[in-house]
Amino acid sequence: MLSSTADHLYWMARSMERAENMARMLDVTYRMSLLKGATQEPFQQWSAMLSISGLHYEYTRDYGDVTADKVMHFMALDETNPSSIMSSLHNARENGRAVRGTITSEMWEALNATWLEMRARREAGIPADGISAFFDWVKERSHLSRGLTHGTMLRGDAFGFLRLGTFFERADNTARILDVKYHILLPSLTDVGGAADYYQWGALLRSVSAFESYRKVYRDVITPKRVAELLILRGDMPRSLMACVHEVNRLVQEIDGPRSRELQRLVGMLYAELRYGRIDDVIGVGLHEYLTSVVTRLNAIGDEINRTYFWASDEPAA
Amino acid sequence: MAAAPYDEMRMAGDGTRDHYLPFSRWLESTPQEIIERKREEADMAFHRVGITFAVYGEEAGQERLIPFDIVPRIIPAREWDMLSRGLRQRVKALNAFLHDVYHDQEIIKAGRIPAEHVLRNSLFRREMVGVDVPGEIYCHIAGVDIVRAGEGEYYVLEDNLRTPSGVSYMLENRKMMMRLFPELFGQQAIAPVEHYPDMLLENLRSVAPAGVADPTVVVLTPGQFNSAYFEHAFLAQQMGVELVEGTDLFVRENRVYMRTTHGPKRVDVIYRRIDDDFLDPLAFRPDSVLGVPGLFDAYRAGRVTLANAVGTGIADDKSMYIHVPEMIRFYCDEEPIIANVPTRELRKPEDLKYVMDHLPELVVKEVHGSGGYGMLVGPTASKDEIRLFRERIVADPSKYIAQPTLALSTCPTFVESGVAPRHVDLRPFVLSGKEVNMVPGGLTRVALKEGSLVVNSSQGGGTKDTWVLEH
Repeated sequence: MLSSTADHLYWMARSMERAENMARMLDVTYRMSLLKGATQEPFQQWSAMLSISGLHYEYTRDYGDVTADKVMHFMALDETNPSSIMSSLHNARENGRAVRGTITSEMWEALNATWLEMRARREAGIPADGISAFFDWVKERSHLSRGLTHGTMLRGDAFGFLRLGTFFERADNTARILDVKYHILLPSLTDVGGAADYYQWGALLRSVSAFESYRKVYRDVITPKRVAELLILRGDMPRSLMACVHEVNRLVQEIDGPRSRELQRLVGMLYAELRYGRIDDVIGVGLHEYLTSVVTRLNAIGDEINRTYFWASDEPAA
Repeated sequence: MAAAPYDEMRMAGDGTRDHYLPFSRWLESTPQEIIERKREEADMAFHRVGITFAVYGEEAGQERLIPFDIVPRIIPAREWDMLSRGLRQRVKALNAFLHDVYHDQEIIKAGRIPAEHVLRNSLFRREMVGVDVPGEIYCHIAGVDIVRAGEGEYYVLEDNLRTPSGVSYMLENRKMMMRLFPELFGQQAIAPVEHYPDMLLENLRSVAPAGVADPTVVVLTPGQFNSAYFEHAFLAQQMGVELVEGTDLFVRENRVYMRTTHGPKRVDVIYRRIDDDFLDPLAFRPDSVLGVPGLFDAYRAGRVTLANAVGTGIADDKSMYIHVPEMIRFYCDEEPIIANVPTRELRKPEDLKYVMDHLPELVVKEVHGSGGYGMLVGPTASKDEIRLFRERIVADPSKYIAQPTLALSTCPTFVESGVAPRHVDLRPFVLSGKEVNMVPGGLTRVALKEGSLVVNSSQGGGTKDTWVLEH
């Protein structure tokens, strides 16, 4: 496969996944901010949204003070914010357009229709009573896109790069959302084993579609430790770090390139740690410290993915 | 007022031509609401599929739909038989001409075409002299624009031998018609066109450099902001080959490779949709960022095939157009089956005088122009437009040719006020490889503005499905 094609496929999938995750995060923040007895002021909830994406500076410059409406606008509709839902859907569509000969026509049509509708929705504005419905729509379009990838794409490298983009983005996102929300919900880690605010933790679990799974797996009250275990180490939980890195690990073996040794090594080491890690050890290190180190290592893996597959050199394979 | 132009469907009196009878009956018996709904469905589907084109001069990244009209243009079998023979003959002669002018120049030596018309033409590529291309084929893909006038006789309006576009619309229009009105395809035997991408791939593989057993074909595009990007991507996908941009390719030791995730891969045939000037910054325009450094050397060394060949512009230039009938006589020893439109060359004093005296009746075109830019349609132009154009002609007459304003045939078309006749042309796509081939029909373009003769999509033209009847 052409290196440039692989690059577009990877970013097409990453952008769509990013739009979905942004919708999930905004939705959970919105819901949590509506809850009575929120452990923190809404201000901090929305401020944390900006921390997740590292966009505090740009936000303050363009919007001033932090309010729910303004953060939602910035994160959902603002084209100048490269991580907004609007920008992500646009990126997904433009990357898809660049490789529309490689993806199936059904996939392209869905991407294009999503973008056309997103533009129309932005023109109309998101109605105050339709905020969650909007986020649901974004999630549905992402599900559709992923479903079409699964249901119509030839199994091969192109499929592999789409999956790689999806799972890499998701791993990064799960690490970030968990880190930020954990911080807010549990400023001091002393009572990490105790029972937590059911609604707040429930909302966090719902944001990664893990609420029902939690019930099935633990059949017990929600504790922060179990939430961390579910979202970091459980391989059967499809948005957990373990599940995402497991897929990434499989994919970098499958999409074997002449220069993929280092990439396979980096991913393999992270995978082994998650595979054989124990939650008590994670808590022992400090959850925030642990997740920060995971994000740093994911960044290194992202750089190596670029070097391995996309920055093609003119030199023949070694 | 001149007599009404020839209509593809209706006869001069009130009757319907035989080959349109089944469609006409269907149109009359189908309720208006259903047709309206189907037209909306077509619009939505085209938008969703993203069959759009960019318009130069508008805001960057603007995409527009080419309007699609649901009334097909129907061509009877015997007419297509004549057209296809005429097209084969013409394209064979044009290929022979290209090989000749870049080799022995027999046609010039024989005094059939003046030497200066070829050698002093800026489109004559000196770099191509003596270069041998596989099968002596230069225009692998030709789009020959054909119009109908007067009592229904066909003329060739121009030959497009560089990077003719529009075939994706031909294919998508057929797909759309079969989706909207499947019942129509049961009433008449309509020749299929869907196999065009297979024919194209076969054709491209057949002109690979000698000795390549399983040639790798790619489509080279200037990128996604080119007006025809949709078509480039579409054809690559339909053929199952890679769509590449210049930066995806590189040349080492006169061999062309593409950069892949598995390392460099050899490329043998490039269906390029980039103009000659931009192909290789080392050989042509040094500021080109679209091309591939070293590509032309690899090409000259016979290591890679470019389709179309470099230098085909010399044969489809409007000043060379007048010589095509002579090419047919010279190379094929036959009389042209499809005639040229009578054309005056403004570089000739007697033609110039005639044209200046008759500007309001004539169509004047820039010799090197294309896409409907830089032309004057006398009968519809304002006095000011004519005056301005007159000044431009005086400044450099040799840049222009003039043709009578043909009463182009019309075809019924949906417009705001209902169904009304609009002028149409036809662009069949002729493939040359081991043999000359084409799918029946081509792209019918329609001028949607009342009375307009300009069918170009950049100037408000639309398209129709084209049906060639099998018997």
